[in-house]
Amino acid sequence: MSLEEPEPDATELVADEPLDGDDIEALLGDHVLSRDDHVNAPGFVIRPDEVQDVLFRLRDEAGFDHLSCVTAQEYEDRYESIYHLKQYDDPTQRISVVVPTSKQHPVSQTAEPVYRTADWHEREAYDLVGIEYEEHPDLRRILLPETWQGHPLAMDYDQDRPQIVPLREHANPLQEDHKAEDDTDTMFVNIGPHHPATHGVLHLKTTLDGEQVADVEPDIGYLHRCEEQMAQNSNYRYQIMPYPDRWDYISAGLLNEWAYARAIEEMADIDVPEYAQVIRTMGAELCRIAAHLLALGTFALDIYGDFTATFMYSIRDREKVQSILEDLTGQRLMFNYFRLGGVVWDLPEPREEFFDKIRNYLDELPAGLEEYHDLVTGNEILQARTVNTGVLPKDVAKSYGATGPVARGSGVDYDLRRDDPYGYYDELDWDVAVEDGCDNYSRLLVRMREVEESAKIIEQCVDLLEDWPEDERNIQSNVPRTLRPDDDTEIYSAVEGAKGELGIYMRADGTEQPARFKIRSPCFSNLQTLPEMSNGEYVPDMIASLGSLDIVLGEVDR
Amino acid sequence: MSSEQTPFETDTSKVQTATQDARLGEALDDRFNSKLREAFGSSPFILTKFDKFMNWVRGSSMFMLQFGIACCSIEMMHTYAVKHDLDRFGAGVPRASPRQADVIIVPGTIVSKFAPRMKRVYDQMPEPKFVIGMGSCTISGGPFQEGYNVVKGAEEVIPVDIHIPGCPPRPEALVYGVAKLQERVANGESSPVVVKPYELEEFGDLDRDEVVEKLAAQIDEDDLVMRYNWADSP
Ligand code: SF4
Repeated sequence: MSLEEPEPDATELVADEPLDGDDIEALLGDHVLSRDDHVNAPGFVIRPDEVQDVLFRLRDEAGFDHLSCVTAQEYEDRYESIYHLKQYDDPTQRISVVVPTSKQHPVSQTAEPVYRTADWHEREAYDLVGIEYEEHPDLRRILLPETWQGHPLAMDYDQDRPQIVPLREHANPLQEDHKAEDDTDTMFVNIGPHHPATHGVLHLKTTLDGEQVADVEPDIGYLHRCEEQMAQNSNYRYQIMPYPDRWDYISAGLLNEWAYARAIEEMADIDVPEYAQVIRTMGAELCRIAAHLLALGTFALDIYGDFTATFMYSIRDREKVQSILEDLTGQRLMFNYFRLGGVVWDLPEPREEFFDKIRNYLDELPAGLEEYHDLVTGNEILQARTVNTGVLPKDVAKSYGATGPVARGSGVDYDLRRDDPYGYYDELDWDVAVEDGCDNYSRLLVRMREVEESAKIIEQCVDLLEDWPEDERNIQSNVPRTLRPDDDTEIYSAVEGAKGELGIYMRADGTEQPARFKIRSPCFSNLQTLPEMSNGEYVPDMIASLGSLDIVLGEVDR
Repeated sequence: MSSEQTPFETDTSKVQTATQDARLGEALDDRFNSKLREAFGSSPFILTKFDKFMNWVRGSSMFMLQFGIACCSIEMMHTYAVKHDLDRFGAGVPRASPRQADVIIVPGTIVSKFAPRMKRVYDQMPEPKFVIGMGSCTISGGPFQEGYNVVKGAEEVIPVDIHIPGCPPRPEALVYGVAKLQERVANGESSPVVVKPYELEEFGDLDRDEVVEKLAAQIDEDDLVMRYNWADSP
C-alpha cells in the first residue's frame, strides 16, 4: 500500500487557504479542456483517457482524498461520468471532474487505481447507464441480474420489453459445493439473500478455508427499486419528498428527506426560516437515535444470536422515539414531514405536553444507555468477539470512501453536520464521536456515543423551541407552486445521514422534473469495505463486521 | 418456431391452468388433506371433528418465517417485539429456517432479482403454508410500481392469502391481518390460488424471439426462467 503513504506530505502541499477553481485549473494545466461549474463546486472537463492522471494529481497534490460519488448520465449527444471529489479534512472543498465520452464509443478510463471505491460506483454506472470503463478490474452488472438486456437509465431503453431472469439457484445448491476442483481445501458457501444475519436481502458469496474466510464477495441488487428513476419521473415540488424516507428505512426518514431538501434548496435558492431549521434539527436527531438503537439491537443479535433481551430493549426505546415522531409527523416510519423551504406543520398542540414527552424521554435515556453498556458494551463475550476483529485501517477506510460511524470508528474525524454545516447544527453545542480502534467494537461505541450527542442536540432544540416567540413561528418560506430550476443547473450536495454521507446529484433541464437524479448512498460505499475487514478472519467475525457496518439494503441498492 | 415472430405471447391459459393444477393436486383442494385424514379413513363424523381440531391447532400456533425484505420488515420486527408482541396471539416467534415455518409474511418490495429467491424460500416451507402480503408493495408494487425492475405484487410469484394495505401498515394492522388469517385457518377456509402467468417456465417452452435467441447462448435449455412482461402486467 505504498500508494497510500504520501498522504501526510499531500496535506503539506495544500496551501492553508482553501483552493479555488482557478488554482485547480492551474494545477491540472493542459488536462482541462473546459470548465463546467456546478452550483456546489467548480467542474473541469477532461479527456476520457486521462482520468487516472488527473485524479492522481488531485489526490496527491491537492489533497482530494475522498471520492464521494460517481454520477453517470446520458445526454442527447454524449455520455458523461462525473467524479465528485472532496477532502476528508474539509468537505467544503469540493470539485467535480467531468468526463464526457462519445455516443458511439462510451469508453472511459477507470478511476479504480486511484480510489478503490470507484470499483462499485463504476460498475453501477455501467449497469444502469452503459458507460464502459477501460482497465476496470471487474466490470459486471452490479444491481440488475446478469441476463438483463439494456441499460435502464440510458435514453433508448424500452421499459416495456420483457426481461428474462434465469432461476439457476433452483439447481441443487450442494452440487457445486467445492468451488475449484484443484483446490478442494476451500469451500464455497452462499450466505443470503434470505438469511437472518444479512440484515435484509444481501447475498454474500463466501469462500471458506476451514473456518476462515478466504474471500467474501457481496452480491447486491436484491432490493434495487429504481429509486433514481422514480425521482426522475416526479416533480421537485411535491412528488420526490416521500421517496427519501424509503432509502434508509430504519427510521432515518427525516435525515434522508433533509438530503433532498438541502439539494433542492441550494439549487433553487430557497430560504428556510430559522424556526423550521430548529424543528428539522430536532426531528432529524430523533431519527438518528432510533436508527442507531436498531443498529445496536441487531448487532447484539448477530453476536449473541438470539431474538430476546438486547433486541427487545432497543425496540423498547425505539418505540418511544417513534411515538414522539408520530406526534410530530403523523406517521411511525415514513414521515414525509419536510417540505421545500420548511416543514409541513408546526409542533403538535398542546406544545407543553409534547415538550414534556421529549424531556421525559431524554431523562430516561441516560439510564437506558447505562443499561446497554452493562448489557452489551461491557459484556465480556461481546468484547472478546469484537475487539480487534474486523479491523479497517484509517487509510483503507478513506480510499473506500467510508463515511459515518464506519469512518469515525476508524479514526476519520469527518462529520458533515460540523464540517459542512446545515440546519441549526453550528449554533448548538455538541461533539463528534470518534474512536480510533478501527475494529467492530469502535464502530459500536461510536454509535452509542452518538446517541448521547443527539440527545444533547435535541435538548437544546427543545429549549429553543419552548421560548420561541409566538408570532415568529414561521414553518415554511414562500415557495412557488411549481419549481423549474434553470436549464443545465447541476448540484451535488450531501448531509450526514444515519449511516454517513448521503448525497444527491441533480441536473435540471428547465422542466419540473430532474433530468438526472443520483443518490450517493453511504451504505453502498461502506459495504465495499467488508472483504477488506473479513478476509482471513473467522466466519463469525465476518458476520460481526457486517453487523458493525450497519447497512440497510434499501439504501445500498436504491 | 422461428416462423412465428409474434413477440412474447406465452400461452397464458395453459400456464395458468398448469400451475393451478399442479398446486391443487388431484383433489379439489388438498391443502388441508392431512395424512391423518387418510389414516383415520372411514367414519366421516370423527373425521370432521378431527379436522376441526387440527385446524384449530394450526391457527393457534403459527410459526412465522423470519423474512425481511424492505421497509415493511422494520414494522414487522416491531410487531414481533415488545409493545405489540405478536406472540400473544399464538403467532409464534419467528423461525429462521423456512423448513420450520407455516407462515411467510412478505414485507416489502420484490424486484426481479429477488423474486426467484423468494419463490425458492416459499417452496421449501412444509405444507400447509400460508402467505401474508404486507404493504402496498406486495399488492401492486406500491410506490415503485412504475419501476423497471419491480415485480408488481407478490402474487406474481407466490399465492397470497391475506393482503395488508399500507405503506407501511401499522403493527396493529399486521396483528389484525394475522388474526384474520388465523380465523380463516381455524375455519378450514383456504383462499384461491391465483398466481399469474409469470410463473416458472422451462426455458425450452418460450417462444424464440429476439431476446430469447440472444439469451439462448447463455442459458441452458433446462434452466428455469422467470420472465417479466411489464407491458401486459396488470
Ligand atoms: S409498502 Fe411502503 S413501507 Fe412497505 S416495503 Fe413498500 S415502500 Fe416500503
